[in-house]
Amino acid sequence: MARKAKRTSNPPSVLPFEQPIEDVRSRLLELEELAEQTTHDLSEELSFYRERLKRLTQEVYSNLSPWNRVQVARHPKRPLTGDYVEYLCQEFVELHGDGQFGDDRAIVTGFATIRGHRVMVIGHRKGRNTKERLACHFGSAHPEGYRKALLKMQLAERMALPIVCFVNTPGAYPGVGAEERGQARAIAENIYKMFRIKVPIIALLIGDGGSGGALGIAIADRVAMLENSWYSVISPEGCASILWRSAEGKEKAADALKLTAESMLGLGLVDEIVDEPVGGAHAHPKQSMDLVGDFLDLQLTHLGQLPIDDLLANRYRKFRNIAQIEAKIEKQAQSNAQLKGQATPNPSPVVPGEPDSSGPVRRTPGSPRNRRRT
Amino acid sequence: MGWGRLRKKKDIPGGLWTKCKDCGALIYTKEFVQNMHVCPKCGFHHTVFGRRRIEITADPGTFAERFTDLRPTDRLDFVDTVSYAEKIEKAQEKTGQTDACIAGTCQIEGHDVVLAVLDFCFMGGSMGEVVGEKLALAIELAEELKQPIIIFSASGGARMHEGAISLMQMAKTCAALQKFAAAGGFSISIMTNPTTGGVTASFASVCDLMIGEPKALIGFAGPRVIQNTIQQDLPEGFQRSEFLLEKGQLDKIVSRPDMRAMIAQILRYTPRGRNHQSA
Repeated sequence: MARKAKRTSNPPSVLPFEQPIEDVRSRLLELEELAEQTTHDLSEELSFYRERLKRLTQEVYSNLSPWNRVQVARHPKRPLTGDYVEYLCQEFVELHGDGQFGDDRAIVTGFATIRGHRVMVIGHRKGRNTKERLACHFGSAHPEGYRKALLKMQLAERMALPIVCFVNTPGAYPGVGAEERGQARAIAENIYKMFRIKVPIIALLIGDGGSGGALGIAIADRVAMLENSWYSVISPEGCASILWRSAEGKEKAADALKLTAESMLGLGLVDEIVDEPVGGAHAHPKQSMDLVGDFLDLQLTHLGQLPIDDLLANRYRKFRNIAQIEAKIEKQAQSNAQLKGQATPNPSPVVPGEPDSSGPVRRTPGSPRNRRRT
Repeated sequence: MGWGRLRKKKDIPGGLWTKCKDCGALIYTKEFVQNMHVCPKCGFHHTVFGRRRIEITADPGTFAERFTDLRPTDRLDFVDTVSYAEKIEKAQEKTGQTDACIAGTCQIEGHDVVLAVLDFCFMGGSMGEVVGEKLALAIELAEELKQPIIIFSASGGARMHEGAISLMQMAKTCAALQKFAAAGGFSISIMTNPTTGGVTASFASVCDLMIGEPKALIGFAGPRVIQNTIQQDLPEGFQRSEFLLEKGQLDKIVSRPDMRAMIAQILRYTPRGRNHQSA
């Protein structure tokens, strides 16, 4: 359900917890400018600050709280669906409309070529500036958006094109028109019918994963989350407004909901985490989108080789047995093994036997690039 | 979600007289219960607890409950003011149920069916892992027995305290229904007051038939959330069964006293029901 955050008109591009990093960065910039102007050799100072910036970024980003990650997921400079399409796709042919009611701008669909793979792209669109954001309802789709997505997925099925979904929504739109036109039913039908779409489907959460609005295009053979995206049954604000009714409520809610990529993988609810460069996708958008490109390339190649009947059977089995207790025990052992050897800077209490799923992600030099569930 | 706010003070009439929540009329409790918790003055359908729903739906003595060994667990270690574990305990004490779903086999006017009921009295009928799993098992049982499945919903939606685990129950129940339908199964979803959120946006909206009880609140987002978003008053009767029927979202509205007969009447059109000798 979409309970929306109060939006400021111009969200700050430096997040509060990033301020120390920003301070060092501006010092470094000053010094670089100075170095150009003088004949003094400042290389020692420069390398000192560069090293410090690197270390500090690493430190801050390996200690993010779940709420910090939500903030990163919504960073105004974070790549959006449109950026991925522009950067990763050699070509893109946009297709509009649900064939019944209208063309929801909050969902973009079209033929695309990603690293040589011809695919159907489906994605939530949030918009970059105020005008676009309003037209897209900040990424909250109406029923016609979900029906448009389904129509294009069915087209992709007929054309034997794999489907790539970029998920990024605070939740489906809560409004009179949306209810009149069957918001619940549109989402339910997408979930229901996506189990039978006979082409490979990949879903990647790139920012907000708000409830049914996200799940409505996220029934996939491979469900992955970007390292700093979140996925939950309700937004932290929505949860906080029900439970705490206070300003710090959303932080507590973000903790309680276990909405980070690491927690979701630990619970066995997603298949994979796609890493972001240290400092977040907003700090290194191209590098981050390249990693997404690698992920998609690999998965499209892999899924394309599987017989379609196996694919559908696995898709069904995955969601039918999702996060079952027995399965959890296995996964727990796995994820404990994965976490082994990594330091635990998280001081918060951990339930015995539970993987430290709420804890921050630790990026140690030897850690694998992409963490997966088998 | 939001079940806490929707929860009414009392669902089981205890006193001699019961006050109608809609028109305020005082009703003799015995008459109220006999009338299936429908106000005889204005026809308002009050929430019925799960067991009573089964009592008024199944042929007497035919209900055999299944999947009773499933118990909810607080896997996220979810704590707000009270821990989720405590909330579960309280709800279990209050209702005598392990979770918000009761499922089993029964007969309705002689037709063999699988019946699943969401109990609004248990944490607002919210869907967590146990509810999702029970529904999926019930649907699979119906497939195995080649019987129709009838699902009564009364739910605030997905259960917040189980985070994304409860979100995934939407996928799980839809997956099970998809497989059931592909195998030729027939399903009826009956939405009662209230059915919202992740329940409306999953299994309750993808059955073969969608039926509403009169004046039931049925929707995706709760009215309060919508009002906060659009900052306008909502239209009269918004998100009620009659409104949904008007907008083409429901197949039928059936009042509670007629429900059993209507289900049986519909079942006579299924391949199995056509051959059934009705009493």
